Amino acid sequence: MTGAARTAARGLAARRGAAFRLTVVLLLVALPLFLGPYPISALSRILAFALLAASLDLLTGYTGLASLGHAAYFGVGAYTAALIGIHLTPNAPVQLLAALAAGGIAAGLTGWVAVRTHGTFFLMLTLAVGEIVHQLADSWTSLTGGSNGLVGMPPITVLPGRPLVLAGFVYWYILAIFVLCYAVLRRITASPFGRTMRGVRDNEARMRAVGYDTARVKYVVYCIAGAVAGAAGSLWVAQTRFVSPADLSFEIAALVLLAVVIGGSGSLWGPCLGAALVLLVNDTLSSYVAGRGPLLLGLAFVAAVYLLPRGFAGLRGVRVHVRTRETGP
Amino acid sequence: MTGAMTAELRLDDVSWHFGRVKAVDGVSLAVERGARHAVIGPNGAGKTTLFGVVAGTLRPSAGRVLVGGRDVTRLSEHARARLGVVRTFQHSSVFLSMTALDNVALAVQRVRGVGTRLWLPARRYVEVTERALGHLESVGLADRAGESAATLSHGERRQLEVAVALAARPRLLLLDEPTAGMSVEESSRFTDVIRELPVDVTVLVIEHDLDVVFRLASHVTVLHLGRVLADGTPEEVRDSEEVQRAYLGAADSSELFFSPEEERT
Repeated sequence: MTGAARTAARGLAARRGAAFRLTVVLLLVALPLFLGPYPISALSRILAFALLAASLDLLTGYTGLASLGHAAYFGVGAYTAALIGIHLTPNAPVQLLAALAAGGIAAGLTGWVAVRTHGTFFLMLTLAVGEIVHQLADSWTSLTGGSNGLVGMPPITVLPGRPLVLAGFVYWYILAIFVLCYAVLRRITASPFGRTMRGVRDNEARMRAVGYDTARVKYVVYCIAGAVAGAAGSLWVAQTRFVSPADLSFEIAALVLLAVVIGGSGSLWGPCLGAALVLLVNDTLSSYVAGRGPLLLGLAFVAAVYLLPRGFAGLRGVRVHVRTRETGP
Repeated sequence: MTGAMTAELRLDDVSWHFGRVKAVDGVSLAVERGARHAVIGPNGAGKTTLFGVVAGTLRPSAGRVLVGGRDVTRLSEHARARLGVVRTFQHSSVFLSMTALDNVALAVQRVRGVGTRLWLPARRYVEVTERALGHLESVGLADRAGESAATLSHGERRQLEVAVALAARPRLLLLDEPTAGMSVEESSRFTDVIRELPVDVTVLVIEHDLDVVFRLASHVTVLHLGRVLADGTPEEVRDSEEVQRAYLGAADSSELFFSPEEERT
């Protein structure tokens, strides 16, 4: 393929991709017009969880650091947003920014040891961090309400004085923030820093040998991922208006990592789909099979590893590959 | 050592011990600026360990490492790389999931100080892409720029590694068995690339292929059991009785340096 033809093909693919993304967003925007409040509130929670999965993908898929403590920053963001909602203001953007900052700061305080390791050690250290934060949420009763959780959060407002009571409006707010954060994550992965992240994932020793301070690179990614996880936490409570230690438990951390693996790490959109599947299975189906949600998720995980070694995102690669072969000479 | 004052790299009595094993044992060495300096020796002589100590991957148990007169013994590996101490690895070490171009672009964007920019798309940094292409061209991989590094042949990966190292703007280039696994053409192309380097780039190379050593090196150091056995011009080293004595029964000195397998130290 000549350079010009390649550029033209890339332009076409980019336009097609943009059209596809726009279609998806429009569909998501239109959904409240067709669905009732229950499925819409479920979708809101899925979007919040998907953003959490996308932030973990930045860490796991792009930088090669699988974390079992990512729910901690989600929880920090959720508690921050809920506390601000109860004590200060129902204004959702304020809650969002505070949760973003809190998630980032929490990641900054806890991540600097973890990023000096990799592989299993990283997994164990993040697990420990997650458990500590979970314990904190459970036992600091005066602030967090302990194991009863934090109740009494008023409905959010976006414009002053107009609480969003209808599930559809809350959903639109969550969707808007989700799209915004997703676009930012997408932009980061396409930047030179995104290339640096993938370099660390592929070959950390080589990165050091060309002059990268890889621990610092990992620390920056960890803080960004923590901040976005915090933002996801604020979206979560914007819908649920309730947060308890269960929201930052090991189970959530494992579920979100599962979502990344099932969806296909390193693609951002794959883990979002994975998050949708994981939440649907966990919430919806488990009521039919009486508490066997984890079992179904385990089966889904085994199936994903065998049938879709690169997750949902891998399916796209397969299709493109087949198509180019068909149209080839 | 006459060049001690102008030495680009100086090792002062450097040792690296692992338990009771003295992989490198009191090595002193001076590499002059612009030299093409080869380190040879049989398996287990401590060559790769010595490289690790110079590059900063390993912290020496004793002794000092000076680059351009500056003591870098306590500097981390990436800090040394930023000073221009750039190494390649014995076993091809590239970024397998990325294209050849992205491999080199990683080094280029670090040198140009844009490796941590996280807003504009990477492809907007046209000068990074162009420089990276230039480096690929210099090692003969320009037509493979868009290929994934995983699909490159073994020899091509070695070339890619050299391109990445050159893109990191080295003043002291450390090459660990660069021609191992290369075809004859690839290997001669490689020696051309090294010869065409600017004269102010100093090259320290571990090499088993004596042809390459004699074509490239202006200076040869022989390591044996972690110690310097001989040091001088290629001719001096080849004719050294001490070197020949150390290897019993080696009538033809070229056999001394021949080792069919890659070493691991």
